[in-house]
Order: sequence, then structure tokens, then C-alpha cells
Amino acid sequence: MEDFAFHRPGSVAEAQEALRGSEDSKFMAGGQSLIPLMKLDMAAPTAVVSLTGLDELRGIEQRDGSLVIGAGMTHSEVAESDDVRDAIPALAGLAGGIGDPQVRNRGTLGGSVAHADPAADYPAALVALGATVITDRREIAAEDFFQGMFETPLEADEVITSVRFPVPDSAAYSKFANPASKYAIAGVMVARNGADVKVAVTGAGTGVFRATAFEEALAGDFSAGALEGASISADGLLSDTDASAEYRAHLVGVMARRAVEACG
Amino acid sequence: MSETGIGAALLRKEDKRFITGKGKYVDDINRPGQAYAYIVRSPEAHASITGIDTSEALKAPGVVAVFTGADMAEDGVGGLPCAWGINNKDGSPMVEPTHPPLVVDRARHVGDQVAVVIAETKAQAKEAAALVDVDYEPLPAIAGLTQASADGAPLVWDEAPGNICFDWEIGDEAATNAAFEDAAHVVSIDIVNNRLIPNAIEPRAAIGDYDATDDSYTLYTTSQNPHVIRLLMGAFVLNLPEHKLRIVAPDVGGGFGSKIFLYAEEVIMTWASKRLERPVKWTAERSESFMSDCHGRDHITHADLALDAEGTFLGLRVRTDSNLGAYISTFGAAVPTYLYATLFAGCYATPAIYANVRTFFTNTVPVDAVRGAGRPEAAFVLERLVHKAAVQLGIDPVEIRRKNFIQVDQFPYQTPVALEYDVGDYHATLDVALELAEYDGFAARKEEAAKRGKLRGIGLSTFVEACGIAPSALAGQLGCRAGLFEVGHVRVHPTGSITVFTGSHSTGQGHETTFAQLVSDRFGIPADQVEVVHGDTAQVAFGMGTYGSRSLAVGGSAIYMAMEKIIEKGTKIAAHMMEAAVEDVVFDAGNFTVTGTDKVKTIGEVAFAAYVPHDYPEGLEPGLDETAFYDPKNFTYPAGAHIVEVEIDPDTGVVELIGVACADDVGRVINPTIVDGQMHGGLAHGIGQALLESCIYDESGQLITGSYMNYTMPRAADLPFFKTGRHTTNCTHNPLGVKGVGEVGSIGVPPAVINAVLDALSSAGVEDIDMPATPERVWRALQDAQA
Repeated sequence: MEDFAFHRPGSVAEAQEALRGSEDSKFMAGGQSLIPLMKLDMAAPTAVVSLTGLDELRGIEQRDGSLVIGAGMTHSEVAESDDVRDAIPALAGLAGGIGDPQVRNRGTLGGSVAHADPAADYPAALVALGATVITDRREIAAEDFFQGMFETPLEADEVITSVRFPVPDSAAYSKFANPASKYAIAGVMVARNGADVKVAVTGAGTGVFRATAFEEALAGDFSAGALEGASISADGLLSDTDASAEYRAHLVGVMARRAVEACG
Repeated sequence: MSETGIGAALLRKEDKRFITGKGKYVDDINRPGQAYAYIVRSPEAHASITGIDTSEALKAPGVVAVFTGADMAEDGVGGLPCAWGINNKDGSPMVEPTHPPLVVDRARHVGDQVAVVIAETKAQAKEAAALVDVDYEPLPAIAGLTQASADGAPLVWDEAPGNICFDWEIGDEAATNAAFEDAAHVVSIDIVNNRLIPNAIEPRAAIGDYDATDDSYTLYTTSQNPHVIRLLMGAFVLNLPEHKLRIVAPDVGGGFGSKIFLYAEEVIMTWASKRLERPVKWTAERSESFMSDCHGRDHITHADLALDAEGTFLGLRVRTDSNLGAYISTFGAAVPTYLYATLFAGCYATPAIYANVRTFFTNTVPVDAVRGAGRPEAAFVLERLVHKAAVQLGIDPVEIRRKNFIQVDQFPYQTPVALEYDVGDYHATLDVALELAEYDGFAARKEEAAKRGKLRGIGLSTFVEACGIAPSALAGQLGCRAGLFEVGHVRVHPTGSITVFTGSHSTGQGHETTFAQLVSDRFGIPADQVEVVHGDTAQVAFGMGTYGSRSLAVGGSAIYMAMEKIIEKGTKIAAHMMEAAVEDVVFDAGNFTVTGTDKVKTIGEVAFAAYVPHDYPEGLEPGLDETAFYDPKNFTYPAGAHIVEVEIDPDTGVVELIGVACADDVGRVINPTIVDGQMHGGLAHGIGQALLESCIYDESGQLITGSYMNYTMPRAADLPFFKTGRHTTNCTHNPLGVKGVGEVGSIGVPPAVINAVLDALSSAGVEDIDMPATPERVWRALQDAQA
């Protein structure tokens, strides 16, 4: 690991100031992705600006049919929040299934969303629930936010402050985890609002995507049976020693059916 | 007899420091003036090295020195020796290329040691290592056995045509072929035994510490056998006499075999500390562990079993290709031969057996012993084959085993493949396992699972291990270049407390507790009055170390023999004290008694008299301190029956372990809690191999599974609660009657898991699956069977 400066600012504004103070600097939330990359010298920022503990990034509240979660909330805080469990239990379940207890106690919603790992769990929830990413300067719809592998429209000094999730009629997340890393090999979030059904897939491709064929099938008949025989193409899916593209395509179908069943 | 003696379920005394973070490992040791080393490792699987420019690295902050293979060669440093030589079928010796600690002109695997950078801090050494400019000219590389054995394959060693290290055989080929001619059935199988990375939780580490005042060396290292390291490194590599070379292996955080071998880094640190006249420390990063700790297994096997019309085994023929890696590691040649093919009788009275093993060099990390070492590979071949025979002949898998077991009255039993089993009762262990597994209720459970859309299967494995390695004379006949005895030294202190010095070393097995119980039992004192010392050549007279489930059977027996010497001398002292004839004094449970009287002296009283010999037998030396060298007369033969039940989700291919029931004959049990713990650890390891772990190299020799991101270790959540039962018969040839338990799970359970998976998949028409039975592999097998 290369030497780097470490800043622990007291506010978002101070954090941005610190970031602008040196080239190749990075914000760090829980550090569960950045630190491993730095240990392998795959990332070598000259300065790391911590976002941990900033009041502006904390809090969970239900507001106008939505659930607003501070970007600094850890996965375990989201998983254990009564508000989240009450409004969108599938989201609490998703957060409680990320990584392992150590990761969940450090990793945050905002950090995961900003990193946009193609195998992270949260992107599927944001896209399927039609969430909005709120930053210090604007609001970005989830579908516009995730632009592929580690790609987002965030500017270098832009900080995610919270994410607003509309509360659906029902939703469920079903994940097939990599047995080693526990990242999603195929994670499918299904959310239903009346006749509107969204199905978002993470882990299988180069970024989160919607399984539109599944959505159409479910719009007419919201049941696992409606997805029998429905499939997604293996073209363009990830393929490695953990899972081939063909297997991932198959798993997306299985996980989608399980998520629909779990929606009740 | 004592409350803390043999059979007592004592909690492990060493756990207090382990679970409170107070263990003392090599990386916890820091020597005054110590510098830090970082190894420059080859990123190429195979390359000529045409130049190494160290000038930039030498200018980097804090750098003390940069050494290459040329520097070591200049000092006459030798190659890492092989401790076991194997001959070809025609009697000619194996190809034994030199294994330099730092390569000179050719790198032969990713991770091969190319240079060492030594600096004031670890970070400085690592940063400077990136500045060492090595000119690699890549050469064609081979990683897998099919690549290595292909016609025209690139050569890892010019002196090894066809990449073959040796082509070895055991058993009577003509008799075995004749058995096949008479057979009513022949069952054949092709097996891949997956390559494993050992993954001890403590990475390897070494500190070389040269003392110029008396020209002596101390090496602190992560080793299962410090005396073996002293012997190999001193005599064969650095030309240092034993009295000037001390090896200290303090607490060791797991070895699983990987810390048996002499490694390049141990040599480099010892040598460099002399060059620099200051201590030099190296601690592996986890990535280095993946690419430099010896790997395990990696076989491809074809086997045929000949049976008569009723299912009696007539003959077994095995042909195995085994991957040795780029160099022959310390015991690399022994593992796929004498620790493997000698086990092909298993539990069965198969009259004719023949095995042929070819070993191949490849551009991969050397392959050597990993928990079980050869015996898991053998059990896997045999038990998969027996399962397949049962299916093909339509015989119940329990019945085909019972029919072919070596029966109780056949012991001692000479197998056709060199070993003579002393004792066992294979029906009895199987009975216990069947009951634990509730085998009779399986059909109902399968039916219930089917209603939930799940495929349920049950699988057996009945197996024999050869442990307590090894009788020196036999090992010598088979090519071992060292003796395999053990040393026990018992020091009774003047007030009666005891220190035991043992050549067996613990990497977590609980020796400090088990060995104390042996003393407690024999001497009638509480176990907490016994201290066990191990892991330091300056304290322990000699030793051969811990591997092959030998610590209790060989090391424990040595301690027992030393205690017998103590008792013999103590009897003379007691007789004098009680004014009785020596032959009238008997020793039992810590007391010397004159038979037929109420005269008694405790061992403490006798010890005090031995150290304060004011009134003492004439001609007897003072003191009560005895050493025994114990050389076993035979291997021990633990045996067991493991039964695994699984449920498979046909949608995803996920195998869920429902139950693991084991009954083992590990001989006499000293501490049942420790035995169960050893069972659990071994089972986790074996299940890891069967379902999760797989070391993968791509065809160019790059290590794909180089981290925990994609090398799956078994975790608690992957495992069910184990049912471990026992039916024991005492070993007949060691004084404790013990056999060994450390490798049981690794050896016994993998075929039971796979047989259960195949049983579950049989209704879908799947006949074969390789380890690890990952979800995708199971799913594909189902897809292919349906196609």
C-alpha cells in the first residue's frame, strides 16, 4: 500500500474542501471496497477523505410514501432499522445479506451506491424500486445513475447524501451468492406497484440491468408461474471460473421466480 | 489412573492464550536491529531470466541489500533437498533437478523466488522490490497434467523428457491382470482429484538471526518439525553443523502439512542474516501464501475393479498421473507413491492389486503433503469405485462393503501393496455409523424431500489410513532418506512436577494437554503439574516432528517409554528408601509400594531423594530425567465409516449437507474432546475439497484462484453439526494402543460426500461428477443428463 494522507472532516463541505486539496484523492465511506483495492495497489490515492460519522449523511425516515435513508447508514443499521423493516422489508433483508458481519458494520449505503460494483446488492434495489440518488447538488434517478461497471455520473467532489426509495406494494430480493466472496453471482430484486412491475438484476452482467421480458410477463400475471420458460439471454453476461454466462442466465430466472414467490 | 489422565475430556490448556490473542507466533518475535525482507517473485509461469538490475532498488530509501540467486550461488548455497527418493519401474532413480532458494537463470512458476530486498522497514522493502528490474523472456508454460503429458509438450526441465519425474509401480501386475481375465464384472472409473491450497490461518514467516560472537545461527520459523528443518538446511543447503544452528518454531497457527517442508525463505533469511550480520525477518502476505505454500493433491486417475458374479473383489488396477509442480518439494515424491498406492487395499480383502503412478513437472507451485497426503486420494479412488460397482451390480452399498471387508479374524492382514494391518473391526465401525446416520430411515426422508422438489442422496465411505509415520527401517527400504522415530524426554523436578520435552510439534492439535494427560495417567499427578515443551532444537534433544497423524502414536509413545525409564530408576530409589528388594517394589498411579506391606513412597518423594541423594543407592546416578527414542514397529491403521446425506436443489445445483455421521476407530482415546475437535477440523477440510475448494491455473500457468475472492474455504455456515461416534480397537504394537486422528476427516469424508451427491443425482441419470461438486457443476451434470 502506498503512503497517503488521511482526512477526517466534520462536514460534507469540509470533506469536499479536503478532497479538492490534492490530486488523486478519494472519498471513503466504510472503506470495504477501497481499502482492499489499496492493499493490492490497485488503487493508490494520494489522499483519503473519510465520510464516516458525518451527521448530514445519517438518518432513516419515512416521508410522503417514501423511505429516505442517509448515505452514511451502515448495512447493519439499514438491516436492523424498524422503519426499513416496516416500509420495505425486502430492503432490510438485502442489507442484512451483504458480505459478512464485519462488512455490514462498516460498509454504507452511499459507499456501495457510489462504487457501483456490478456484483453489489444495493443497485438492484435502487433500480427495481425506482429510487432516487440525492447528492449535495442534485437528484439522479437510479436508472440514470448506474451506467455500467463502476460507472456513475458523480462528479469527483460530489457526495451522495441520501437515497429516496418509494415504498412499493411489495418487493423481494433473491440472491445467489458467490460461495467465496459472497458477492452476487445473480441477484434479482422484484418490486410491484399495482400493475407496474420492475425486475432488476445485479451480479450477472457488467452492471445492474432490468429484465424487461420478465417485467412484461409479470405485468399481466404476477406469479412465479408467469416466468416459467421465460429466460434472459446469456449474451453479454459475465463468465468466469465462478459461474459461466449460461449458468448466470439460468440463475437469473430462478432467482426472479423466487423473488416473485417471496413477494406473496 | 488420575482424574486428568487418559480418557478425561479436559479443556485444552493452550486455548487460554490462543483465544485471548496471547499466542506467540513468529511474526510476534522481533530481534534487536532486525531488518525486513521482501521476496521478488516471478510473475511469469516460465521464463528465462536474462538480467536482473538491482541498482534502482538499492538506491531506494531504507534499503540495506538486494540479493539474487547469483549471490547465493557464489557462497556455495545448495539446493533444497528432497527427503524421499523414488525409483522408476526399471530401478533407475527419479529425475531430481536442483531447487535453488533463489533462481539463477530461469523461473519455473508464478511466485518463484527471483530476488530478495532487505530494508529497514517492511514497507520500504516492498516498495524497493517493485524497482528490481528483471528481464524475463517468457517460455511456453504448462500447468495441468493433460498439458504436461501431451506429445511435444514444452519441457519444465531439460533433463526430464516428457516432463516425467518418475514412472513407478507397486503390486503384482501379472497376478492382477489374471484376476481381470477371470472376472464376471469389470467396473471402471476416471477421477480427477482437485488441487488444493492449504491456507493455514498463520502465513509462513521466518527470522534469520546470526550471532557473530560465536558464529551461530538461530532461525525462527513457522514449522511443524524444527529438527527436520535443522537437519535439511544445515546439512544439505548451508553446510552448518547442528551445534551452530538453532531452529525455533514457537506457536504455529495451523500447518495442514504445508509447514513440514524446508522452504526457500528459511534458507534465504538464515543466509542473509550472516551476510548482513543482523537479523532479517520475512512474513508472507496472504497472496504469497497462495503462490508459494506447497499445494496438495492434483491427480488424474483411471481405475478398474474386477469382481466375480456375486460382487466379491478379485483385482484392482490403478493408473495415476500426479502433478509435482515445478520442483520436487521435501516429501513431494513420497506423497503420490508410498503414502498413496499402499492404501489401495482399503478395508477390503482384494487379493490382487497393481498401481502405476507417473509424476509430472509443471509450471506450478510444488505439490506436497496436505492433511491426509496421498491417503485421501487413494480413499477417493477406491470408495468411488466401490460405490459405482454397487450401483452397476445392483448390490446395496453397505452389503458390497461388508462382503469384501477384511474380517476380524484375518488380522494381522498382509495387503498386496506392502502394508500389514495389525488390527481392526470394520463391521463394528460401519454398524455405529449406520445407526448414527439413521440409515434405515433414509428412504422415507428421500420421499419427503422429493415432495419439496429436492433430490436427496446418501453416500458411504469405509476406509483405512496408514498413520503414525513411520517405522524407520521400512521407510528406508521405501526410499525415505531419514529416520522417522520420535524423541520423548521426561524431566521429573525435585518437588515432583514434570516437564516433558517432545520432538512432536503442535500446530494446534492440543499436544500440551494430551501429552500432559499421558503423564498424569501414568504418574498419578494432576495434568496441570506437567508442562510440555516443543518447537525448539535448543530445548528438545531431537525430533522428527508432526505429520502423518504421528504425534501421539510415535511422539506419545516416546514419552511413555521415557516414563518407563523413570519408573525403572524410581523403583530402585524407592526400594532403597523403604529398605526393600527392588523386585518387591511395584509402581502404580504415582506410588511405589512394597508388595504385601503398607510401605509406600510417592513419585514426588522419590524425585526429591533423587535430587537430594543424602541416603541413596550405591552406584545409581542422582536425578530423575530420562529420554527415549521410539521407533514404531509398524504404521498404525485408523479406520472408519463415514456417511453423508445431502439434498440437492435441482434449480440451482446447490448441494446442502444434511448430515455427516462418522464412526472411527482411532485406537485408544486420550482426550475425547480433542479427538472430536480433530474430527471436526478434518471433516471441514474434507468437505471443503468435496464441495468448495479448487485451485485453478489457466493454460499459461497463471494462478486464477489467487485470493479468497474465488478460492472458497469451508466456513461454519457451510457445515452441518457433525455426528462423531467411535468403535475402537487398540493398536497392537505401540505401548499406548493409539492410532491417530488428525487426518481422518480429510481422508474419509470426500468420497462419502460425492457418493451422496451421485446417489441424489442417480434418478436423473447422472453417473459421475468431479470435485468440487459446485452448484454449476451439479447443475450442468443435470442438464447434460437430460439432454
